[in-house]
Amino acid sequence: MCDTCGCNITHGNESLIRPDGKLAKTESGKEAVTLLHSLLQENDHAAQHNRDHFDQHQVLAINLMSSPGAGKTALLEATIQQLDDSLKIAVIEGDLETENDAERIRKLGVKAIQITTGSACHLDAHMIHQALHHLDLSAFDIVFIENVGNLVCPASFDLGQHHNVVLLSVPEGDDKPAKYPVMFRAADLVLISKSDLLPVLDDFKVDTAKKYLRDIASNSTVIEISSKDKSGMPSWLDWINQQIEKRKAYLKTFRKVGSPNLMHGHHHIHNKASVK
Amino acid sequence: MHELSICRSLLQQVESIAVERNAQCVTRIVLGIGPLSGVETVLLKNAYTTACAGTVAESAELIIKHLPVRVKCSRCGSESDALPNKLVCKQCGEWRTVLISGDELMLMSVELEKSIDPVAMH
Repeated sequence: MCDTCGCNITHGNESLIRPDGKLAKTESGKEAVTLLHSLLQENDHAAQHNRDHFDQHQVLAINLMSSPGAGKTALLEATIQQLDDSLKIAVIEGDLETENDAERIRKLGVKAIQITTGSACHLDAHMIHQALHHLDLSAFDIVFIENVGNLVCPASFDLGQHHNVVLLSVPEGDDKPAKYPVMFRAADLVLISKSDLLPVLDDFKVDTAKKYLRDIASNSTVIEISSKDKSGMPSWLDWINQQIEKRKAYLKTFRKVGSPNLMHGHHHIHNKASVK
Repeated sequence: MHELSICRSLLQQVESIAVERNAQCVTRIVLGIGPLSGVETVLLKNAYTTACAGTVAESAELIIKHLPVRVKCSRCGSESDALPNKLVCKQCGEWRTVLISGDELMLMSVELEKSIDPVAMH
């Protein structure tokens, strides 16, 4: 990615995307302007702002993505119950409608903010920014963002998270990484959820899912996990703890914690999504 | 259908450039999009037709340059064309590759029709 404007120009595509002679020619009274901006620059700017907020309070932000029904909320419930009590968790829930998921989390005594997106098929950085207004980050160690259940659109929007975790549930089939490469390429960790169903749904081969992940050049860690029988939970909790430590070490090295320079002016774009 | 949100973001950027440069209207918008951007160009074009109505880019021609998927091998260093779900090195079969083209979602250029400068007329 290009450092100056955030667009993704590399030596591999530069000759293709720099404006050619034909397009650069203009008639009189017209002006051609070369831009090379990311189409999502407004979102990416807001995402960086969110990330700065998280970093300032040493909060690890994890974006959970999957198709609907892969078990994101059940995973969060199991995680809340099993994670070390000393770690304070908050959850931002994204759904088209209802506050059901946030209520499930609140029942466990954990702060949950529900974003209802209306018809939007994904969360974006502005929605997360709004949600952060309702969250005192100094009181938390981890914020889980449960994205809208969808294997397509959420992959395109940076929210300001530190890590993307993608769930692939056993009933969905082991070839999802080949069918949805954009989503699975974005994953830092792939959780093969509902792993308790592997003996029953024996056409799902974990090795095949891993092969498809290698095909898209993904080096993400893969953990088989069941929120029901709790298998795989220790590996998942270890992974979370490792990321917390890595983030703290990173922030210490770069002296980002509490730096006033991190906090630039608020630039609010409030959209139709409602936050409760 | 996140293509509509992306279109709105595109039009916001284009409108601010038009205002900044004192343009009367936008006559051409050129985008560069790779298959791994997660955006379907057909859907984007359809969404654009709706989203551009009433904006400074209403009559602009939307040109989409389709960028190829290319990878660079971390083992043998060669660069090769690839498929969106098969990013392995064509030369040596290594899976550890780096994407060097194919995930772009970029506003490359715009062509503006300039307003007549009232100062210059005097």
